[in-house]
Amino acid sequence: MMTDFTPLASLFGGILIGLAAVILMALNGRIAGMTMIFAGVLDPRNPDSTWRLAFLAGAIAAPAIAVALGAEFSFAAPATGVILALGGFIVGVGVTYGSGCTSGHGVCGLARLSPRSLVATVTFMVTTFATVTLIRHGFGG
Amino acid sequence: MNRQLSALVAGLIFGLGIAISGMGNPAKVLNFFDPLGTWDPSLAFVMGGALATTAVGYRVIFGRRQAPLFDTKFHLPTTTNIDAALIGGSALFGVGWGISGFCPGGAIPALGFAPWPTALFLICMGGGILLARRLKSLHLRQTA
Repeated sequence: MMTDFTPLASLFGGILIGLAAVILMALNGRIAGMTMIFAGVLDPRNPDSTWRLAFLAGAIAAPAIAVALGAEFSFAAPATGVILALGGFIVGVGVTYGSGCTSGHGVCGLARLSPRSLVATVTFMVTTFATVTLIRHGFGG
Repeated sequence: MNRQLSALVAGLIFGLGIAISGMGNPAKVLNFFDPLGTWDPSLAFVMGGALATTAVGYRVIFGRRQAPLFDTKFHLPTTTNIDAALIGGSALFGVGWGISGFCPGGAIPALGFAPWPTALFLICMGGGILLARRLKSLHLRQTA
């Protein structure tokens, strides 16, 4: 399935993601890593979940409000339901052991020049590339 | 209240950024990892823009302030060891990202404009997090 190359929109969106990370650090002193924020909410013993819930609510609400105001975001999930469910489960286990994902390691961690985040980011970029390549081209495709 | 409000604002900007950038679109994300096929290099611009902005912003913050505005200290990760959990977990995350096209930061905002099948992914991701957390704590208890 082809998707349009959108360098300007992607760069602008990326700058917004970075801006959000900078705001969260400047005001709350927190890393804008979606894994840790989401996982923090799933921990009932965690006393400080309200800011995490607020961040998650904002992240979900902003695109929903934009759509209500007439914006359109292209979306297509090529994987079947079973694969999406399996993928979700694997991602959940992986980011828990790996202590972060694209936002936590790939953006915030690399911005802090964290060696752990560099290793994590290179590792998941390589295995994602390998997985996609194997699925799309590995079986005589 | 300040802390919740600032997190809400940061979340709104984050979610809008994900939606505009295309990171919440699995088809687009997967195409970034397919240079041999239907390649879409857009993701490099997302990562580049996010990383450059954050790197400059963090530098300014840490250079000028001892603490954030609404808290007594910066909550930065203290772990520094590069171990099997970091590498194995990250490798596994890539496999899940590669088969689904969703990462946590992309999927949560996608819930706002494509609730289904995003919710399915996120529910299963939550299950994976809870299971892995339990396994990790069992392991810690055994080795302690």
